[in-house]
Amino acid sequence: MGIEVVVDGLTKSFGRQNIWQNVSLTLPAGEVSVMLGPSGTGKTVFLKSIIGLLKPEQGRVLINGVDMVNSPEREIMETRKLFGLMFQDGALFGSMSLFDNIAFPLREHTRKKESEIRRIVMERIDIVGLLGAEGKLPGEISGGMRKRAGLARALVLDPQIILCDEPDSGLDPVRTAYLSQLLIDLNAQIDATMLIVTHNLDIAATVPDNMGMLFCRNLVTFGPREVLLTSEVPVVAQFLAGRREGPIGMSEEKDAATLAAEQVNGGGAGAGPRTVVPQLEPSPGMPVRQAALRRRERVAAMMGQLPQAARTAILNSYTPTAGGARP
Amino acid sequence: MTVPPPVRPPEPSPGHVPDPPRPASASRLLAPLRETGKLFVLAAAVTRAIFRRPFQLREFIEQFWFIASVTILPAALVSIPFGAVIALQVGSLTEQLGAQSFTGGASVLAVIQQASPLIVALLIAGAGGSAICADLGSRKIREELDAMEVMGVSPVQRLVVPRVLATMLVAVLLNGLVSVVGTLGGYFFNVIMQDGTPGAYLASFSALAQLPDLYISEFKALIFGFIAGIVAAYRGLNPRGGPKGVGDAVNQSVVITFMLLFFVNMVLTAIYLQIVPAKGS
Repeated sequence: MGIEVVVDGLTKSFGRQNIWQNVSLTLPAGEVSVMLGPSGTGKTVFLKSIIGLLKPEQGRVLINGVDMVNSPEREIMETRKLFGLMFQDGALFGSMSLFDNIAFPLREHTRKKESEIRRIVMERIDIVGLLGAEGKLPGEISGGMRKRAGLARALVLDPQIILCDEPDSGLDPVRTAYLSQLLIDLNAQIDATMLIVTHNLDIAATVPDNMGMLFCRNLVTFGPREVLLTSEVPVVAQFLAGRREGPIGMSEEKDAATLAAEQVNGGGAGAGPRTVVPQLEPSPGMPVRQAALRRRERVAAMMGQLPQAARTAILNSYTPTAGGARP
Repeated sequence: MTVPPPVRPPEPSPGHVPDPPRPASASRLLAPLRETGKLFVLAAAVTRAIFRRPFQLREFIEQFWFIASVTILPAALVSIPFGAVIALQVGSLTEQLGAQSFTGGASVLAVIQQASPLIVALLIAGAGGSAICADLGSRKIREELDAMEVMGVSPVQRLVVPRVLATMLVAVLLNGLVSVVGTLGGYFFNVIMQDGTPGAYLASFSALAQLPDLYISEFKALIFGFIAGIVAAYRGLNPRGGPKGVGDAVNQSVVITFMLLFFVNMVLTAIYLQIVPAKGS
């Protein structure tokens, strides 16, 4: 089972520019979470802070009792072995073939025999659909292939926590859909805690158990997916609908005058009722996602605090699949 | 779980708040000190990581071979004329002073103690250090080093330590080569071109030179190799923004190494002359 990640009061600035402040959330163990946000809101910075590559000025990130911000470097290095991080452009080693890239963590951290390494690596290469390309250098393959190779490398040590930085960027819609399914299947198989940073609405609507959104230097909200998908908060509603009308402008935020003018013209009205798309299920033949079962109990406990719309959406999502299992 | 979110977070106002005037001059004055401090931190980290298992033997051998292969030929080719120049210069000077018989000792000492370690260091910094810096720098901007760190592998231990050890070992070995070739060059020019006598040349050599001269020469080469490796790694690990930043970093690493070399050489020479008595005194 995956590991819970507790983020507590995190604040990060570069020089005098504040990226986000006081971000607190808990990634429940084994569940899939998505962090949304317009471009440039520091989603990648958030990911790198969780894994300890960047050091926020305030706050803590607790994983198994290790604070990834302030603990000694040795403990952080040790804890990082629990992670798999998929970089935005793969971040493969340019001088090594794909096979060596994917074998790198195994060779560094385990004493496995070369035949054993070969078996594991080829298995992962097969999962991400790169069989036949293992001898190529990263410079010789397309961006989408590099991304998938990056994912294979992140998976090779059987991580407890998987972080994905924009898994969809540079992929076509079909590959994105396959990747979404792959992530859910992985979660069903290894039950790892996953955090996906993206601004792809399809992934956001179908993959996660939980969703959060960063906007304007703050964590707008974080909670079960239904809460965001039915949210009436203008920023969230605008983002999930992909509309121009709302607080998000071309630059990070709109100025008050434009926003006021929009409201006078009634631009924000055309929202309509929002439907919640059902979450992806693991492919046939995969084990049952333990995280989904755990989440059901967790959400049932907090049902009272959720908004009405989210409650109905959650209840609706239970009816078709599980007969009689309603809380 | 869901914090009631403000529609518009209250704190940041639209547009940019003018930055309050800050004593920027103080931080700018301190910037070189901060860089120096970071350089020493890296040097300390590398020294510590040298003794940490597992040792990256393969990487070390590859780097050693690479640095040796790009420096051996230029070093030999540079050291012949360098030894010759010193021999000619010293030869004509001692002739004016009427001390031709000491030409051999003087020119050999100059070659072994000063010229040879410096030639080695300049070549290693110029040929090996620039390659190390460019390599690490481009890995850094392509996020390869981040990826390595994320996988729980320290880039200092995995990449920097083998490179620094390689520059040190190549420097020591190359210093031997340059000393021999330079001395032979000096001998050739002095004996053949300036009609010096071979016997006097060799006799003055053993009269003036002593074994510690060779030790300090090798010690200098070791230190210079360390400096070249550390500075190249430091600039490579901290390039400023994009491919051009890597180019600048390479440039700076060579310049910084050169300046450090000559300064450290002065200090080492001064200390050596103080603590090791000259032969015969």
